[in-house]
Amino acid sequence: MSRPVLIRGGWLIDPVHRINGRRDLLLRDGKVAEVSERALSVANAQVIEAAGLWVLPGLIDLHVHLREPGQENKETIESGSRAAVAGGFTAMVAMPNTHPVNDNAMVTHFVRRRAEQVGLCRIFPAGAITKGLSGEELAEIGDLVAAGCVCLTDDGRPVMNAGLMRHALQYAREFGIPVMGHEEDLSLAGDGSINEGPTATRLGLSPIPRSAEVAMVARDLVLAEETAGRLHLAHLSCEQSVELVRAAKKRGVAVTAEVTPHHLMLTEEAVLGYDAHAKMNPPLRQERDVAALRDGLADGTLDAIASDHAPHARLDKQVEFDKAANGVIGLETSVPLALDLVWKGVLTPPRFVEVLSAGPAHAFGLPGGQLGPGAPADVTIVDPEARWTIDAGSFFSLARNTPFQGRSVKGRVTHTLVEGRVVFERGTIKERTE
Amino acid sequence: MSDRAADSPSLASRHLLGIEGLRRSEVEAILSLAREYKQSLKEGTPPTPLAGKLVANLFFEDSTRTRSSFEIAAKTLGAKVLNWSPTGSSLSKGETLLDTVRNIDAIGPAALVIRHRSSGAPTLVSRHVRCAVINAGDGVHEHPSQALLDAFTLQDRLGSLEGKKVLILGDILNSRVARSNIHCLRLLGVRVIVSGPPTLMPAGIESLGCELVADFRTVLASLDALITLRVQRERQTDSFLPSMREYAARWGIGPALAGKLKPGAVILHPGPVNRGVELASEVVDGERSVILEQVSNGLPVRMAILEMYA
Repeated sequence: MSRPVLIRGGWLIDPVHRINGRRDLLLRDGKVAEVSERALSVANAQVIEAAGLWVLPGLIDLHVHLREPGQENKETIESGSRAAVAGGFTAMVAMPNTHPVNDNAMVTHFVRRRAEQVGLCRIFPAGAITKGLSGEELAEIGDLVAAGCVCLTDDGRPVMNAGLMRHALQYAREFGIPVMGHEEDLSLAGDGSINEGPTATRLGLSPIPRSAEVAMVARDLVLAEETAGRLHLAHLSCEQSVELVRAAKKRGVAVTAEVTPHHLMLTEEAVLGYDAHAKMNPPLRQERDVAALRDGLADGTLDAIASDHAPHARLDKQVEFDKAANGVIGLETSVPLALDLVWKGVLTPPRFVEVLSAGPAHAFGLPGGQLGPGAPADVTIVDPEARWTIDAGSFFSLARNTPFQGRSVKGRVTHTLVEGRVVFERGTIKERTE
Repeated sequence: MSDRAADSPSLASRHLLGIEGLRRSEVEAILSLAREYKQSLKEGTPPTPLAGKLVANLFFEDSTRTRSSFEIAAKTLGAKVLNWSPTGSSLSKGETLLDTVRNIDAIGPAALVIRHRSSGAPTLVSRHVRCAVINAGDGVHEHPSQALLDAFTLQDRLGSLEGKKVLILGDILNSRVARSNIHCLRLLGVRVIVSGPPTLMPAGIESLGCELVADFRTVLASLDALITLRVQRERQTDSFLPSMREYAARWGIGPALAGKLKPGAVILHPGPVNRGVELASEVVDGERSVILEQVSNGLPVRMAILEMYA
């Protein structure tokens, strides 16, 4: 077996075990062996000196587009894994809108096999709700779950047919996995490119009203309550969506929800000058939405920060704005952006950790999210004081499409450990050496 | 560059991408140069400051009148003109917008005059070429030369526009003319009011500095000018409007409504007019209509734009 790892003198934050203090952490055989207030000393251990650093349960990103198979010029399972561990993520959920679509066990097996070959972090595939993401017929959900899919989603497209969505929630309940809703009523979104409001009006861009999202959130909350199905809401962007989820949770609806760093940090005004890096779906909204999303994240209405990492080639963005691809990359910027909410007083440090670990783990029933003895030895170490400037040129992702280029941030991932192995250390990916 | 252009204030941007962002002094300089050109055209002796220069017209969207107007303006100023349109060109072979304009830029034009159906296309292009970019209409964003010729036409009829009141009526949502007009008239001190069907009124239009009135009839008698906008038949099939007939009945200007305007007030339309929809035929051809003056003023205004930017 590999050597034990001792992470010494760090500030350990584990909201599940209500720990927020100095601890030594011992990892052995891919599991957490001991969490100790006293200094530990273990013969033969690989020691990581963590004085002044935050030691966290491995971070989990519920919403990542890895583009493989099919669009390997944008990202691959390997480059996406490198970006993930460099950004502090030990696990991520891979969206099924690849080419071919992950709507059958063969594609699921392919993704898992590639992930194992790369061997940097845990990759959990999400399967499609409908065959070919067509919104017309259910995919073979039983097969997908048996092959290892942890949730179902047609992400990138909504399930417009309410009857079919109802069946998906009913059917998936049998397998105990959530259905992730991409909430967008296409008849309301139309050919829109950005949020309906003064910026769209000024720039002459087709508007997307909030109702395109909110009406679908309302529909799916009603369906989830009626079917007792497990609903997860992807990338919420609107004030009213947060209010609907808050009310539904009070009623006991089995719903979880995520929000992206960009919807927490930016408004529609980021698009001024036709910056296609600020074009995404759902679109950036307004101050009141940002405020509501932050409140919802702080008070537990929203369960997770998820990046919706959406890599695109340079050319996909360097075209007319209405033809530019939607989406931004996030794996390597989520941690500093989420930390910005800590520095602003929106999130406490434990809540920051929770929305990036225990929250997502719980939403999809994934291992990890905590550092109790016996838990997976997935650990993220952060230097909370490190100041740096976001530079897409230095990303491990193949893509560069970020609206945060040049932003000064505070807080940086120093180490990422997966199953007790250091996979990222101070700017360097640690490949497996067997 | 001619002496007169050298006398004019330095431009904040070397591109004309929209009226928004221009200073009042720049708008006034263009209008005053246009006035000189109108006079010299009348006298038959316009100067040719663009002799030896090349102006490239890139019309990715059809537009006979704007393209012709820019072409005649450039030729009158002595420039050579390259007319480029997507039919039969590399665009149909999958070339990107930026590759197309970089190739044309490499020929060495002084200016690219661009019409494109995507809002922001000229802004994107301007970041990737050496020559000046003149926006001849982009999507539903801006149409600066139209707004300048409208302001020129209004000044011809009304004198100084300071404190004047102008209503822009119709499909504001899908109108680049409306947006450019709001910015331009506001810069010149006009009180701008907008009105139209609620489905065709963009959210937050007031943030551009205009007022929104629900019933335009209530302000007709106080107007100095009425700018009507073209309404397209697709608005009916896309369920923005029940019918063109109902639009004509509720937002069209017939002789009775035109008669409520005060003496001297004028009616504009960027063309082409749907007779019997935005304006009754009698109004199009009536004494308040300055629609043909708008077209003829397009020439000196575009000459002024080309001299300032090319």
